Amino acid sequence: MAMLEVKDLHVAFPRGKHDEVEALRGVSLTLEKGERLGVVGESGAGKSMLAFAILNLIAEPGRVSHGTVKFNGENLLDLSERKIRDIRGNRISMIFQDPMVTLNPVLSIGVQMMETLRAHRKISDKEARALCVAKLKEVAIPSAESRLDAYPHELSGGLRQRVVIAIALLTDPEIIIADEPTTALDVTIQAEIMALILKLCREKDVALILITHDLGVVAEVTEKLMIMYAGKCVETGPTRQIIDTPQHPYASGLLKALPQHAGRGTRLYQIPGSMPPITNLPKGCTYHPRCDFATQRCHGGEPDLVNGVACYNPLTSDPATGTETKTEAET
Amino acid sequence: MTQPIVETKGVEVRFPLPTHFLSREKPVLHALNTVNVSIMPGESFCVVGESGCGKTTLGRAMLGLNSPTAGEIYFRGERIDQMDEATRKPVRRDMQMVFQNPYASLNPRRNVFETLAEPVRHLMPELSSAEVRTRVEEVLAETGCDPSWQRRLPHEFSGGQRQRIAIARALVTNPAFVVADEPISALDVSIQAQILNLLTELQQERGLTYLFITHDLSVVQHFGSRVAVMYLGQVMELASAETIFADPKHPYTQLLLEAIPKLEGGSFDKPRQPGELPDPVNLPKGCPFAARCHMAQDRCRQERPQLRGLPNGTEVACHFAE
Amino acid sequence: MITWRGFLKRFLADPVAIGAGIVLLVLVLMAVLAPLIAPQNPYDLMQLDIMDSEMPPSWIPGGDDRFLLGTDAQGRGVLSTIMYGTGISLLIGIGAVIVQGILGITLGLIAGYKGGWVDSFLMRLADIQMSLSTLMIAIIVLALFQAAFDASVYADYAIFMLILIIGIAEWPKFARTVRSSVLGEKNKEYVDAARVIGLPARKVMWGHILPNTLTPVLVISTIQVAEAIMTEAALSFLGLGMPVDRPSLGSLIRSGFEFVFSGQYWITFYPALVLIALVLALNLLGDWLRDVLNPKLRRGED
Repeated sequence: MAMLEVKDLHVAFPRGKHDEVEALRGVSLTLEKGERLGVVGESGAGKSMLAFAILNLIAEPGRVSHGTVKFNGENLLDLSERKIRDIRGNRISMIFQDPMVTLNPVLSIGVQMMETLRAHRKISDKEARALCVAKLKEVAIPSAESRLDAYPHELSGGLRQRVVIAIALLTDPEIIIADEPTTALDVTIQAEIMALILKLCREKDVALILITHDLGVVAEVTEKLMIMYAGKCVETGPTRQIIDTPQHPYASGLLKALPQHAGRGTRLYQIPGSMPPITNLPKGCTYHPRCDFATQRCHGGEPDLVNGVACYNPLTSDPATGTETKTEAET
Repeated sequence: MTQPIVETKGVEVRFPLPTHFLSREKPVLHALNTVNVSIMPGESFCVVGESGCGKTTLGRAMLGLNSPTAGEIYFRGERIDQMDEATRKPVRRDMQMVFQNPYASLNPRRNVFETLAEPVRHLMPELSSAEVRTRVEEVLAETGCDPSWQRRLPHEFSGGQRQRIAIARALVTNPAFVVADEPISALDVSIQAQILNLLTELQQERGLTYLFITHDLSVVQHFGSRVAVMYLGQVMELASAETIFADPKHPYTQLLLEAIPKLEGGSFDKPRQPGELPDPVNLPKGCPFAARCHMAQDRCRQERPQLRGLPNGTEVACHFAE
Repeated sequence: MITWRGFLKRFLADPVAIGAGIVLLVLVLMAVLAPLIAPQNPYDLMQLDIMDSEMPPSWIPGGDDRFLLGTDAQGRGVLSTIMYGTGISLLIGIGAVIVQGILGITLGLIAGYKGGWVDSFLMRLADIQMSLSTLMIAIIVLALFQAAFDASVYADYAIFMLILIIGIAEWPKFARTVRSSVLGEKNKEYVDAARVIGLPARKVMWGHILPNTLTPVLVISTIQVAEAIMTEAALSFLGLGMPVDRPSLGSLIRSGFEFVFSGQYWITFYPALVLIALVLALNLLGDWLRDVLNPKLRRGED
């Protein structure tokens, strides 16, 4: 049994008095101990919703309308608020895009770290302080002892995110969920933070769910990848395999659209149109209006996730030439 | 030798920081320090750097949104930074800007036609209203906007559509030079390629010159002809796009290149020490990058390096790069 | 941004808003149509008869069917004077808010956009203005005016005086609201885009920034109308407002006040009721507008 097993998760928001729209439309995933999973998608694809739903943190008026989230065999969605608090922030930690969401601006770093620690452990002041310093050193914060008395605004963005990571690690969690942890940071700081997360996950055998829009970052950090589109997973599998030989036309389109591999002055591959809003999804496969390979069948019904790809006409790649070919003949 | 379309000579921009009106200290933020660049017609001149490096300020200074506290800015050989508004008007027609955030760059209460017609009406008062209309329609078609959008308000459009409208507004006066300030960084991945392609096509059709401001080196690799790498208000390295990727000279450029996440993986495997930007209010005396530089020596902390030419054509502001 | 249709939908979904809207509509119609529908014209001395004075409402013994709500000491029907008086109160309230708005919006826009010493100067001026109570200024100015000119001159200009005084005394509220919105808007990129084409500051301010700051202006306008009506009523009650022969709601309340203890409560009671209804309706609508238009208070909608 996997450590974390999410099955057919749906999140719905009310629309009007009697209607609902689904922001997450049946997502499943498994995560083993120490495994690093990347969740990639555009804004509105439902990737943050997935993270919140796993921790049963969907805010009113939204709700998890269907599905289970089993963590070591226990369904988190059935737990009482008190019991789930024992897991949230303790055995499963979260890192958000904006460190200021996690850090309270009027409390010193040390006070906030000790608070988190005391919420989950019975521990003396002295031990707590020593542990906090140790964690700050672990995330390579210079002069860790004196930083305990600093306030969040006295630190730079990069250092703040390091403090957030230190707090996430305080309780020795089994899973870290990181929601766009470096989007607000500069490139060189992003590299520092991601290298740090990667190192810590490897050393401590912590599982990671990394939510991001950046395929480069997942390629660097994760082993497993899930690509989301309009509230569903369209392709999942080993990161390397998807990056090298994507099967879903959307995954392949995203990769081809990246500028790094196109020659200078050449035209980039572009996916036409934009992702439909969840309130107005097209019939059939939600990607078919933008898809180069859509057939009659794609207009009819939505494809299920089979062998890691939700597509009627998945692409296969010829390893010899590296070019994509179709499994079914078109025209 | 052809004349540069835009040229800055020793441009410096300082922002006074808000203080109490009785306080003696007058702290200033050094946004740009003696920047010399010349942009040739038809180029895609990229300015790369991290937040706070002054790349946006440079673009804004060229368009007169920030006035330089020292130095000179030339457009086609004419000094523009001290021009009065009446003389500058014909120049403004030729210099336009595309902003980073398409959600903030369009006035939410104006429909698309009004937004596009305003620059034409103001800068080309000689045109009749019928001519304004055809011009707006032409530029909308050229930027991939539907003519039916004209009567609609910005909130009805997606981010990518808004950025097309913003590009149309920048091009409606038929400028020669466009500053594009992070035009794709607020957009979704699948939309970024659409906008980049549009900018490339427009450049080919209209012979535009771009000043392309970005933090993303992979975009530069695809898009840029020459690149200026900036750090803390200074140009650290200036080279052609091919050279800078093949043979980066400045340690900061090298750091930036290493930091790009790559699809092949492997660049985040070794831990990195936290690097911090020095305070732009109290600038260090020597090289601004010295605190993060692995090659830094005493000389770097004492003496600020100036841009100097290297045999491969790169200009670099480093005492030791070669 | 909210569309007109969404606006209407939310209005119809809120019983408080509908109630306040209906009350306001009835009162405004009553005031506007007063010359057509009022049983008497209280300004026409020929219609008044001193024999009709101090009659109780018609359903009380001694009442007269001609005067539904009774009459006052001069024999004017209370219902008719209320209809005319509401008009005068509304006129002063709206007029004062227009004066406040013109002054406040202009100064707030300039302060916010120009910044620096202009901003500091205008805002300190606003602080000084706010520290002088409106009533105090009004009492001093009106008392001087009344002393300097005779009563008939005063009666002719009272309405303009009240509009001007209440208008000038309350401009800082508009100025502060507009200034803070301008500070939020002026750094947005659409303003930069307008500056890139060299649009003069005047056009940027009025053409681009102002339309985007009007939402909070609309909200405070509604509440300020209520406030101005109250101020006018208070001044009239002190004998510094509208003269007795062109009464506003405040002067009506005052004129009946001396009779309350001798049992003729209706002369004061009904105008007071209308005043309360009017002010309450305006305040409720203002609060509702704030909830609908202020995105910070609104949840779950784009």
